[in-house]
Amino acid sequence: MNDVLLLGPQRRPTLADAVADLGLDGPIATVNAGWQEREPDDRELDELLGERSVNLRLYARWADALRDDDELAQADRARRDRIDELQALYLRRLHHAMEGISALRHHAARDPGLRDAEMADAVEEIRRLDARHLDRIDEVEADFAQQLRLSERPVVAEHRAAVARLVGGTEAVAIAGGHVAVLLHCLRLFGLTGVLGERPVIAWSAGAMAISERVVLYHDLAVHSPGHAEVHARGLGLCRGVVPLPHARRRLRIDDHERMALLARRFAPARCVVLDDGARLSCPDGATGATDLPTVGLDGHLHAEAS
Amino acid sequence: MLHVGAQPLAIDQLRHGGADAAAVDRFLDAHDVPLVEGATGTFLWRGEADAVRVQHWVVGLPNPLPMERLDGTDLWFAVTDLPEGSRVEYRLEVVHGDHVDNVEDPRNPNHAHNPYGSNSVVHGTGYEVPDWIELDEDARRGELRDLVLHSAALGRSVHAKVYLPARYRPTARYPLLVVHDGTDYLTFAAAQTVLDNLIHRLDVAELVAVFLDPGDRLVEYANHEGHARFVADELVPELERALPLIDHRGGRCLMGSSFGAIAAFSTAVRYPDRFGSLLLQSGSFAFTDIGSDHGGGPVFDPVVAFVNAYRAEPTRVADRLYVTCGTYEPMIRGSRAMVPVFRGTGAEVRYVEARDGHNWENWRDRLRDGLAWVFPGPQKFVYE
Repeated sequence: MNDVLLLGPQRRPTLADAVADLGLDGPIATVNAGWQEREPDDRELDELLGERSVNLRLYARWADALRDDDELAQADRARRDRIDELQALYLRRLHHAMEGISALRHHAARDPGLRDAEMADAVEEIRRLDARHLDRIDEVEADFAQQLRLSERPVVAEHRAAVARLVGGTEAVAIAGGHVAVLLHCLRLFGLTGVLGERPVIAWSAGAMAISERVVLYHDLAVHSPGHAEVHARGLGLCRGVVPLPHARRRLRIDDHERMALLARRFAPARCVVLDDGARLSCPDGATGATDLPTVGLDGHLHAEAS
Repeated sequence: MLHVGAQPLAIDQLRHGGADAAAVDRFLDAHDVPLVEGATGTFLWRGEADAVRVQHWVVGLPNPLPMERLDGTDLWFAVTDLPEGSRVEYRLEVVHGDHVDNVEDPRNPNHAHNPYGSNSVVHGTGYEVPDWIELDEDARRGELRDLVLHSAALGRSVHAKVYLPARYRPTARYPLLVVHDGTDYLTFAAAQTVLDNLIHRLDVAELVAVFLDPGDRLVEYANHEGHARFVADELVPELERALPLIDHRGGRCLMGSSFGAIAAFSTAVRYPDRFGSLLLQSGSFAFTDIGSDHGGGPVFDPVVAFVNAYRAEPTRVADRLYVTCGTYEPMIRGSRAMVPVFRGTGAEVRYVEARDGHNWENWRDRLRDGLAWVFPGPQKFVYE
């Protein structure tokens, strides 16, 4: 497994310090695919990495593959349609399951113990719903890969080989934020995990989410808020036991303890860790150890463990 | 007289202080016009006249609202309820003998424009002009392209504008928003700027919009078979041939306000499998429960016949409906009555009321909520 370092958002950059602390002084492969068309705009990232960055241009490779391989483009379109449909269906079920939780919470129980037992069952049902949804998404992705024989397609194989060569000349990999679904797809399509070797991985924002075990989307302050946190896909699993919550204080109703408690209970035993500005979470061999970063407790409050 | 708690209104303080010309000068210098104090608005006009009235379009208030002359001065005033969050358009009628000047409020800098001219606007406590209607330097601009299409269904050429979002890519796929009264939405509801901003902010998905204008609006938008056929069988297929659009109902939305909402709704009724969403603003949902006196005049006859028929046998016309109406406009009764009918068909309905009237800025102000609901942006996917 790889050593992984999760960072808070880089509006106030901490990347350069992190790289220095890790003793990295060689080239560093960068993944900026989450920013899609803006993938090449990586001057600031390059500066933070001492002008040693090697942009893997995974988004551009994806676009190139779609242009070059019409069958792949059509299958990719169908894949996205199926995922969108699955997500919509899952969200409908999730919405009603959440309504059930809310109804139980407001039920004037004569015996609170009975209500708590029902509540525990209701949370368990949501956990099962989340898990089943991830399985279904996996099936779509597996079908896509198998039916298309992805690894045998010339344009994909060519780009994978190029990515492997580029990564091979670097000392570490840095994965930036952006659109987490796009980022995750590019990481998978071009087989990044297969060429990492033992290189350390540094990731932040959407990058941190994409390399965790499952991608959990959330935005309590969006136009139609509060929405429900939703699982979107299984991540690369390079760091385990953690649900990274970048921008948590800007996106979550941190002070709504019941809401936050439900979030923690849905994903336990994985810990929901707040990755705000300046945060740094070290995961040696991909395992998340003790941290003094704020973690959402089962009581819905933020707790900092002793490191 | 109305008061804000124990605090007397400013106009009462002026009156009880023995107002003269100099006091009126000081008063007007010290206050924005109209005066908004809590949930009360005070309209003001200064000058010689036989009478002054406030013309407005708020159902429930006397219209016109007579102004009273402050004793010993040439200051006219009228005090009215102005609930929190209200936005009211008005004009002043200044009467000299048999002559009436209908003018905007010369002391109020806030104006709203519409196809017939402009009105003064008073903002109640708590109302804020949305920041997403203003040009945002950071937001890349989409492109408006002219489209000319000969319609066999309408028997005329249709001139429309097609909005392509910034960073438009032929390899992507976009949902389609069909906008009735398109030029008015662009002109009076800042639709292009709104789309640019909401897409830039990730509130709304990157989309293609087509802005349509009617021929004879009161005919084509009043449950017109030719209009529906044009939209469903001519316009949408043509756009789908020319542009990378999502080719199923989930990616298509019809939008309109007033009669335009009826055009959108009646098109969906005629083609129930084509459109996944409707965005209906202040729809002219006129109907009768008994008899035939709907009070809307002959132009509403086909609308009433259509809405009555639909209410008698409601059918599911879309998966999701965003319905909005101003509480100060006559259409509110129809909108409130239609919501449970729509819901009864199994459609998902979001219904929003605003303390506003039947006007373009009301419709503008609801666009973020409506569009973000119909075609939500990727905000939840993007983590900087």
